[in-house]
Amino acid sequence: MTNQRNARFGFWRGVFYLLLGVGLVLTVMRFTQGLGSVTNLSDRYPWGLWVGFDLLCGVGLAAGGFVLTATVYIFNIQRYKPIVRPAVLTAFLGYVMVVTALLFDLGKPWNIWHPIVMGNPTSVMFEVALCVMSYTAVLALEFSGMVFERVGWKRAWKIQKAVTVPLVIFGVVLSTFHQSSLGTLYLIVPGKLHALWYTPVLPIVFFVSSAMVGLAMVIVESHLSARAFGRQLEMPLLSDLGRVLAAVLGVYLVLRVFDLVYRGAAGMAFGFTYEAMLFQLEFAVGLLLPLALLLIPRVRANTHGLYGSALLVVLGFIVHRLNVSITGFEGAQGGRYIPSLGEALITLMMIAIGFAAFRFCVRTFNVYPEEAHEPVLAPARVAAEAPAAVLGRAQR
Amino acid sequence: MSSKEPTGLLFDMVECIGCRNCVKACMEIHGFAGDPEEATTLSATCYTTMAVEDDYPIRNMCRHCQSPSCVSVCPVGALQRTEEGPVVYDASRCIGCRYCMVACPFNIPRYEWDKAVPAVRKCDMCIDRQREGKKPACAEACPKGATVFGTRKELLAEAWKRIKKNPRDYYPHVYGEHELGGTSVLFLAPHEVASLGYKASLGNEPLPRLTWQVLSKLPGVGVVSAATLMAIWWITRRRDEVALAEGRVGGNGRARHEERN
Ligand code: SF4
Ligand code: SF4
Repeated sequence: MTNQRNARFGFWRGVFYLLLGVGLVLTVMRFTQGLGSVTNLSDRYPWGLWVGFDLLCGVGLAAGGFVLTATVYIFNIQRYKPIVRPAVLTAFLGYVMVVTALLFDLGKPWNIWHPIVMGNPTSVMFEVALCVMSYTAVLALEFSGMVFERVGWKRAWKIQKAVTVPLVIFGVVLSTFHQSSLGTLYLIVPGKLHALWYTPVLPIVFFVSSAMVGLAMVIVESHLSARAFGRQLEMPLLSDLGRVLAAVLGVYLVLRVFDLVYRGAAGMAFGFTYEAMLFQLEFAVGLLLPLALLLIPRVRANTHGLYGSALLVVLGFIVHRLNVSITGFEGAQGGRYIPSLGEALITLMMIAIGFAAFRFCVRTFNVYPEEAHEPVLAPARVAAEAPAAVLGRAQR
Repeated sequence: MSSKEPTGLLFDMVECIGCRNCVKACMEIHGFAGDPEEATTLSATCYTTMAVEDDYPIRNMCRHCQSPSCVSVCPVGALQRTEEGPVVYDASRCIGCRYCMVACPFNIPRYEWDKAVPAVRKCDMCIDRQREGKKPACAEACPKGATVFGTRKELLAEAWKRIKKNPRDYYPHVYGEHELGGTSVLFLAPHEVASLGYKASLGNEPLPRLTWQVLSKLPGVGVVSAATLMAIWWITRRRDEVALAEGRVGGNGRARHEERN
């Protein structure tokens, strides 16, 4: 077992260094010979994988942070506390990755601070820039508690704890803005974005789907870390999250369907056009299927069932963001955009660094505080089996 | 010429003989190498092109919109609509996000993909020449009255005069008079043109309004959501305290309470 784990780890370490090496070469090329040397970006497709995946999906996938901090600190549902720290850590690392990706994607990243002093209030990009900066700072502060605790700065730790609630409120408001504003970015292109995805309610679509994927990511991340660090799963807790996730998926489904019907675009969803097929992938595999699965209590209670459903939600979310940012433009812009190997490798490198950083943090800081008092999990199980109408109970 | 009235260009497809002197002049003045005949798509080294659609030549270039999407979306104000009318770009502000390229309904801005220090490139209606009292290079080079320079008002009057004078030769519409809130580059055509490089169905509303409808609500949304969150925090906290005081405490000091769904 240990040997197997070591072998597996050795393999991933190899992959990591390989990606790092190749990524470094590509980075040098990117900054000495311009964006064109490593990307398939063009005048027709000025935004590609780095905006569509690294930015749009990265920010969404980090949404677990604001969803869980709000649950625990604002709604005061303390039983979710054990999984707040990993969610905050994931969100923080996610945002650091988003900013790093921006440094690659921006033509002149050394001017990244310009929005602070030259801000144009009619620009959604200005709002996005301010939100990314402030929310990264908020997440850094939320995360700093773990660092202070570790290095033993009692005073700093206390101050950090004292400002947690205002910090969380600020963070949630920023997230609301930020998640929705990524959708607002596309409001100005009704002539370019395909009618399956262009809608005046894009900001709401983006916000609801971010809450949805935030929950799914908490489940996915718990499973991955359980496997990687040999931890026990907080299964009753996660099953409950699965139920909330089903509810959010339901809201999202109603919103999307109603919007499509209202705009008279629903007919385009059927058929075999390029757009329709990618829409069907997003809708059937990434929305209807996980919703149906999560409505079955046995699936929610089953480790693999829950993990699989959450993965489908994440997949559907990623396909939606890529549809909005890439597929939806191909009809109007002509041709196809397919990311270059260089773009994909740099994205992979960033994901790899993210995983490594997560692993480092888990080993260095007290990210899973419940580990110390394992039995705490027992009452949660009782609560989870309480009447269905009751979603959560505090048990500590 | 009065400085209040924005300047513009009128392109008359009927008058144009397709000599491409305008394209050539544009390339020369910017020092771009290239064959005007071959210039079919805009690029970082080609700010105007001439295509032939149903036997009629048609120029493509920045329209210098009255309500430019590019200006409204630029996070740092690198694109500005000048007092004189042209929409111009300041590379020193630009961060290179390329939102202007995504947002422009006419797909005009181009990028220097092969440079380590890249910039956005597009026509600036020869703003420097205009400030010296000269015409834009393309208008000066036109041997016929096909590319005409003037204030937008003068050009509209001229365009309608041409339509009235030769109603058989012209389609009675000045493209750019109202589209998307109006552009400073106007087009006269012999017949209805399906597209001047953008979706005609977009109508006459300026696109930046779509964004502003949402952005202008944000401060309100922010205040309301912050207040709501604080209220929820206070209520849930209070509920615990009350429960504690009344002795309805479960386990080690924290009240049991139900989550609203
Ligand atoms: S045509 Fe495009 S680039 Fe030119 S002013 Fe209008 S929005 Fe800006
Ligand atoms: S690329 Fe430059 S000019 Fe265009 S929107 Fe971004 S910052 Fe503004």
